Amino acid sequence: MFRVILTLLTSIKNPGKIKTILFSILLILITIPNLNGQENEVESSNIATSKIVASILSAPTDVSAKDTDNDKGQSITINWTLSADDKDGGAVSGYKIYRAVEGSNEFVEVGNESEGTTKSTDNKTTDGVSYIYRVDSYQILLDSVGNKSFVTSASVASSPVKSSAQWFNFNRGYCLIFVLFVSGAIIYYIRKASAGGEIYVRKLGGIDAVDEAVGRATEMGKKVFFIPGIQDMNNVQTIAGIAILGRVAQKAAEYGTWLEVPVSKSLVMVTARETMKEAYTAVGRPDAFNEAQVHFLTDDQFGYAAAIDGMVVREKPATIFYMGAFFAESLILAETGNAAGAIQIAGTAMPSQLPFFVAACDYTLIGEELFAASAYLSGEPRQLGSLKGQDIGKALFLVAIIVGIIMESFGWTIGGHNLSAIFKVN
Amino acid sequence: MSLILARKEKRSSMDIGMFFAALLTLGIFSFLYKDNPVYKVCEAIFVGVSAGFWAITYFFDNIHKKFWLGVFPQEGDSPDYWLWGGAILGFLMLLRISNKIGWIARWPLSFIVGATAGLYMMLYFVSNALNQVADTMMPIVAYASDNSVLWLDTFGNFIVVLGVVTGLIYFFFSKEHKGLFGTGAQVGTWFLMITFGASFGYTVMSRMSLLIGRLDFLFGDWLGLF
Repeated sequence: MFRVILTLLTSIKNPGKIKTILFSILLILITIPNLNGQENEVESSNIATSKIVASILSAPTDVSAKDTDNDKGQSITINWTLSADDKDGGAVSGYKIYRAVEGSNEFVEVGNESEGTTKSTDNKTTDGVSYIYRVDSYQILLDSVGNKSFVTSASVASSPVKSSAQWFNFNRGYCLIFVLFVSGAIIYYIRKASAGGEIYVRKLGGIDAVDEAVGRATEMGKKVFFIPGIQDMNNVQTIAGIAILGRVAQKAAEYGTWLEVPVSKSLVMVTARETMKEAYTAVGRPDAFNEAQVHFLTDDQFGYAAAIDGMVVREKPATIFYMGAFFAESLILAETGNAAGAIQIAGTAMPSQLPFFVAACDYTLIGEELFAASAYLSGEPRQLGSLKGQDIGKALFLVAIIVGIIMESFGWTIGGHNLSAIFKVN
Repeated sequence: MSLILARKEKRSSMDIGMFFAALLTLGIFSFLYKDNPVYKVCEAIFVGVSAGFWAITYFFDNIHKKFWLGVFPQEGDSPDYWLWGGAILGFLMLLRISNKIGWIARWPLSFIVGATAGLYMMLYFVSNALNQVADTMMPIVAYASDNSVLWLDTFGNFIVVLGVVTGLIYFFFSKEHKGLFGTGAQVGTWFLMITFGASFGYTVMSRMSLLIGRLDFLFGDWLGLF
């Protein structure tokens, strides 16, 4: 500022420099902070034009920050009121959001929102650390040769805020109602089945064939293979597959047939061994179980498929079960088993792999049939009751779909909201 | 000069790698004829190398990166003591090697299976049930902005609704598929089979592109024929 005033005083002695004086006056005006206490900055060499605009760009106001609701932490939501220049044809091009740890005043950019926006979310915070936020409105300027320059106007910083995780997501409140309804139905039918009530389960072709398939292997004096998929124990399909393995192992133990389970995950190997040991013990043949029946091959998808293909063509098992989550290896496995002449029973809930199993296997459990199979096989009241309870849940959803279609067709709403929008959960 | 030598060295190492890659590819392809010693060698290399690779990857990703650096972090970061829970469960798994206390290894297994079921229940309930229900709630008759009926869209909506409703009927297990209910289930089966057919064709085409990629490697990258 001092240098600018000096230039002005020197220039006034020379009448030929009137233009310079005028520009200097403008520069002085811009250098003085405006009345709102906001600061304007120009990041360009195109000083003259930019600073004229900068003097009229106002900053957003009422900047506030709060911990994001219903989340798992590490997120803060920032709100502000639009800049007075953010309107149709206004000067504001967007808003930059800056964050600083409380006390440091070292702001770093954490977001960039378009004009007309009054909210932003910072999803990269550390829980428990106190932050302050500032929002800058900015305008993009282009000179005659297309060079970009930015004019910014900074807001007053927000109050300090910390992010934290919430125990409950209240946006999913009505999901709880559905879960309670379905769970209630399941508990009711489990109790009913345990009290001796009759629970009907329709025939599942693939599962009816289990005994026949194991019996066939026994008659032929050949092995039974059980492939539990390539996913780990954190996949419900693998869990369902292992439940079916228990039943197959019981049959194999009863008939004295060698059941072999090659796996691709260490946890699946441990679980399968425990399941088979229990199954063999349950039918009074604990001595017949050999831990080598369940063995690890490799974690690699196609390495696993190549190894099983080799085993199938060399040992020619009479029966192969594929129960669990499968991906691109499904057809490679099922086609090789088919070529080796094995009776094959598959079950998966992977929609993209079901066509291959349907084409290459003798029986296929489609989708939820895989989860129903263990209940069907065991005949246990607990599992049968659970199956019946789930059917009640499906009936509820079927009714909801039909009601929703009718309401959407006639344009009826609930409290101004479409039923489909109410059901949609993020 | 050194640059030329370096390039030559790189080129020759690439050639050896490419040669082995091509040999292994042909060895695996030989299975199409029948099981043979070359396939057995390739299979053993594939299984052994991949098992070793994943063992090292898991060790560094989980034991070193997640656990060790999490519990003993670099300066400035605070240790995550929850990781000790996972480490203890992992240690309990190793007790299987003991005949006397091997039964303790069932605890971490029970924890994994139970926690998985609990964690995924809500996730699947939302993504596989509620959101699917919401997406099916659509008006049967579709109108354009000038209120004229869009017949093709209407037909599409009708097919979606019919497919979902009859498909859902097929997956009822506690009711016999007889009468009207049975007809609905039968229609559901048709929808499933048509979907599988379309999916089969689509996936076979994508597998063909994998084969073309491998042939391109053999004849283009390796033999340089095109």
